[in-house]
Amino acid sequence: MSSAVTVPSDTGPAIQFEDVRIGFHEGDIFRDVSFRVQPRETMILLGETGTGKTLTLKLAAGLLAPSEGVVRVLGQEISSMNERDLLDFRRKVGFVFQEGALFDSMTVAENVAYRLREDRVAEEEIEPRVLEVLRFVELEETLEMLPSELSGGMRRRVSIARALINHPPIVLYDSPTAGLDPVTSQTIITLILRLRDVYGVTALLATHRLQDGFALANFHFDAEDNRVVANARNGNANRAGQTARTRFLVYRDGGIYFEGEPEELASSKDSYLKRFLV
Amino acid sequence: MADTPFQAAGREVKDEKNISVFGLLTDSAKGAVESVQDYAILCGRSIANIFVGPYYVQDTLVQMDFIGAGSMPIILLAGFFIGAVMVLQTGSQFTRFGQSSLTGDVVAIALVRELGPAFTGLLVTGRCATGIASELGSMLVTEQVDAMRAMGTDPSRKLVVPRVLAALTMLPLLTAIMDFIGLLGGCVASVFSLRLSAIEFWRRAIDALDFADLMQGFSKPIVFGFILSTIGCYKGLTVRGGTQGVGRATTQAAVLGSVLIIVADAFLTKLALFLADKVF
Repeated sequence: MSSAVTVPSDTGPAIQFEDVRIGFHEGDIFRDVSFRVQPRETMILLGETGTGKTLTLKLAAGLLAPSEGVVRVLGQEISSMNERDLLDFRRKVGFVFQEGALFDSMTVAENVAYRLREDRVAEEEIEPRVLEVLRFVELEETLEMLPSELSGGMRRRVSIARALINHPPIVLYDSPTAGLDPVTSQTIITLILRLRDVYGVTALLATHRLQDGFALANFHFDAEDNRVVANARNGNANRAGQTARTRFLVYRDGGIYFEGEPEELASSKDSYLKRFLV
Repeated sequence: MADTPFQAAGREVKDEKNISVFGLLTDSAKGAVESVQDYAILCGRSIANIFVGPYYVQDTLVQMDFIGAGSMPIILLAGFFIGAVMVLQTGSQFTRFGQSSLTGDVVAIALVRELGPAFTGLLVTGRCATGIASELGSMLVTEQVDAMRAMGTDPSRKLVVPRVLAALTMLPLLTAIMDFIGLLGGCVASVFSLRLSAIEFWRRAIDALDFADLMQGFSKPIVFGFILSTIGCYKGLTVRGGTQGVGRATTQAAVLGSVLIIVADAFLTKLALFLADKVF
């Protein structure tokens, strides 16, 4: 990709939840959830199934409204926006869905170009931009293929390409490695590292796999050598000279059970947290 | 926020579960009222969005092809035989009184006023409302609708409006074709079964119709098109329970769409007869 995203660092947190509560027919999913994600930070959302990881992402994208509380993203209070304003706001956020959520009647190129065509971007500008993001995810040869012809890992990579087409400052990943083999998972994680370390993308990443979180915390992408290298500590110096930190948020029983650095999680003696470490 | 009918999953939670018979009835009634409310919101929004951009011309043309051209074979086949059956049933009665030449009048009036619009509405509901419900339902359960919203697209404009516009414009055209083919079928039946002259049949059929009949016959399919498209969209965009839910939504779209068309037909007939008396 040719241009890095630009998030002014003096605007406060990129994502902020304040006392958020949300419930469905089954009961409360969230109670008093509050956290902040700073620009260029990656927040890993961990928790058992049904604890609200995907809901957190949907709240941050404005796809769901909280019953109570405030959600701010890029300085905008999205929890009080109407749907029309939200449609404009969502163009600043990339969302990678768990199964890709590609439009199955469109080719890969049409899927990736979808947002540009919605924005009435000139056709001669669309093709090079689509090729650019598909090259970034190493799938430029799939342009004319349909999603049904792709493997699970390829669909996720196309989904990442689609989310990146207009260089959003924030990307939300919903279990991007779920159900994938270790090699494909590693490819996806490398893409996420490249986005974070080379382009300064802020991310919320929901996952069941603790190793994905630790991979993001303990490694960074070296753009000069074009490879992933281990950190000396959590938070590496990226090309822009700014720190890319990774933190963890663990949900349990409708609330935040743990929030902190990877080292704190790794050294925790708590029996619930240890279940994720095994 | 969350003010679209597609976000019905985000309803407030009740603090206490009411498990008495009265409570169950109350919950059921509330559920029905909420469904009507969501459907009314979808209808209102789709009408409002017809007059406000952005417009998805290509999507609308694709839907016109699906609803219009795609429904032609069943309309042609059903229309021909409906007309023929009408002639066979009414002709045998008229023959008893030596008035078999009146068959053309009856078939024309019945087809144009009632049977053409109603059968077109029901046949297209069976084919297209179910297709719309299953397509949108599948998109919903595979998160394609959420993906659309996440990319700044209003599903109401992108998915609902093109289908509603296509149905509004295609149903009257399909009805016209159904009426013509029905009369053709009636003509063939009357020539071979009642030994009437084809010219006499067409002359009487055309003379029997007046402007009020045409108004009635071509205003109904507009309403039926709106009903079948919005019911299909509503059922598709409120699917619950994965692929099984898509199957249920498809069945419900066919049943509800057909019943609503029959109910609407009764009221529209009464209204049209009233207007024919007062206006035309």
